[in-house]
Amino acid sequence: MTDPKLVEEAAAPAAVPGAEALPPDAPVEGAPMRSQGRDVWRQFRSHRGAMLALVIFAAIVLFVSLGPVLWRIDPTFVDYRARNQGFTLAHPFGTDQLGRDLLARMMAGGQVSIAVGLVAMAIALSLGSLVGVLSGYFRRLDAPLMRLTELFLALPLLPLLLLMVTLFREPLGKALGPAGGTFLLIVCAIGATSWMQTARIVRGDVLGLKEREFILAAKSIGTPAPRMILRHVLPNVVSPIMVAATLGIATAIITESALSFLGLGFPPDFPTWGRLLFDAVDQMQMYPWRVILPGAFISLTVLSVNYIGDGLRDAMDPRIRGR
Amino acid sequence: MLNFALRRLMLAIPTLLFISLVIFLLLEASPGDPLGDVPLTVPPEVKERMREALGLGQAWYIRYALWLKQFFWVEPLYWFDRAFGTDFSAGMQRIISFQSRSPVFDVIAQRLPQTLTVVGLSYLLGVMIAVPIGIVSAYRQYSWFDQIGTFVSMVGFSLPTFFTGVVLIIVFGIKLQWFPSIYDTTLRVTDWDSFLAQVRQMVMPVTVLALYNAAQISRFMRASMLDNLRQDYVRTARAKGLSERVVVLKHVLRNSLIPVVTVIALGLPAVFGGAIITEQVFKVNGLGQLLILAINANDIPMVMTLTFIFAALIVVFTLVADLLYGVLDPRIRYD
Repeated sequence: MTDPKLVEEAAAPAAVPGAEALPPDAPVEGAPMRSQGRDVWRQFRSHRGAMLALVIFAAIVLFVSLGPVLWRIDPTFVDYRARNQGFTLAHPFGTDQLGRDLLARMMAGGQVSIAVGLVAMAIALSLGSLVGVLSGYFRRLDAPLMRLTELFLALPLLPLLLLMVTLFREPLGKALGPAGGTFLLIVCAIGATSWMQTARIVRGDVLGLKEREFILAAKSIGTPAPRMILRHVLPNVVSPIMVAATLGIATAIITESALSFLGLGFPPDFPTWGRLLFDAVDQMQMYPWRVILPGAFISLTVLSVNYIGDGLRDAMDPRIRGR
Repeated sequence: MLNFALRRLMLAIPTLLFISLVIFLLLEASPGDPLGDVPLTVPPEVKERMREALGLGQAWYIRYALWLKQFFWVEPLYWFDRAFGTDFSAGMQRIISFQSRSPVFDVIAQRLPQTLTVVGLSYLLGVMIAVPIGIVSAYRQYSWFDQIGTFVSMVGFSLPTFFTGVVLIIVFGIKLQWFPSIYDTTLRVTDWDSFLAQVRQMVMPVTVLALYNAAQISRFMRASMLDNLRQDYVRTARAKGLSERVVVLKHVLRNSLIPVVTVIALGLPAVFGGAIITEQVFKVNGLGQLLILAINANDIPMVMTLTFIFAALIVVFTLVADLLYGVLDPRIRYD
């Protein structure tokens, strides 16, 4: 980084007071490409906790997605002679009371848990961004949509989730198969009850954006509302949405495992981390590891996702960038 | 201020009505049958009469109106009668649980003390831990105390309560045998020994919930302190020679507590909901466990009433938080 041009670029604006914020007139030859993504990434990399969390999260995702390719024991295969085993070479995480391999079950459970987290987050995010953008951009929709958001915020979420899952698990299970039905139900229920924060954040940002000159400029050349939202508004609210997304994954994973822990999640033969923990609680006196392993996986995933969210927030906030 | 409070109260009424309608319709749309556990040998006409007896024969809007009347008119009258020895509510039907055939509110009154002692104490402890940690963390930002504090609060915030609870049970309940792993609600505190037993059985559930709450509140406290420490009035206070102690603990702390107090108020009802899981882990028979039992048994009046109480708590505490904000921060004007 001893490029003389770079030094010039850094030194030049300092001479002109008030011009620090202005970009150089012409792109400097040979200087690294600068874009928001690159800046964010550079800032993100300097957050040590977030980088470590990213590595751990990537490792967990690899473990649950590629693991079953390498570890070919069927997670539902019952080997009654090998039940309740400890850590052995044949079963690195041991086996459960029916002799099912816990390593394979942990991988399968992780797939479901992470999939639930991602899909529920996607639903909550799309709903939240939609409501937020609409109520921020169209003044007439603002009051009713915000009342709706407040109504949803006043709902007791966990009791309602419990209620929804218990009431509709069986009919949906009959229609779509027990696993598919429960998946759809849980994902929709979590998504439908966790979009409000995103909507509020996005609305606030859109309200601020609307006063900016480039929006006025786009409006004055006659940009229609849909293109305005897609081209000018949405790209500028991506950063709060992304932060909300990471935090959303974490809460969705916790909510799913909490439901499973209360015995209201997926069917028993269908492993998820929460379900594995719930099944193991009865035998925790004899086999505490069976409780600790899935719990540790849930906690590690949620912790790393939260740290990534923290790092992203720091990296995307231009006020503290470069501090 | 009074005007604002009244306006917000008026707004809270339709909100609550709407929420009760949503819960009622959700229960109504459910395919679950409260008579599902009745043996198949019971003839259909008897089943029909049982259905009538449970009040399930009428159309949903009549039952909804009836529930509203019972909740907002009969129950308050009943408790008024109990308190003052009058008999306004004589002959009126209270909300009856399908499961136990006893009034829903009597069951709730039995369960409430357990939830309040465990949840209330843990929230109080959580706040008492969180506020000092937040202050020191912000004042010595990036020091080792701050690094550790931020990490611990991140961990506490990320670990689900059912996992921390179970781990505590394994370590302190099973391996070390220090504390009982099951909460015994039949225990009556009469003397020193039973008091000690009560404390011992409360240690683990309270620790779990207090850690979780402290983690969340200390994050808010730290952020709020950091915001205020950078303000100009802090520099002014230091410039006019106030001691560091007065600057931080009087000027900055008071201003930083404003958002934190509202967060604490907003978090209270969520704690009742979050305690559902902790109560399940430690087998505390409080409100959360009651709700789960009622859901599993299709006990519609109980589920409806409990869920509505949770919703009402949220609405009330949101209102309290809004009003507190105005009381604590005179710059906020509600006009």
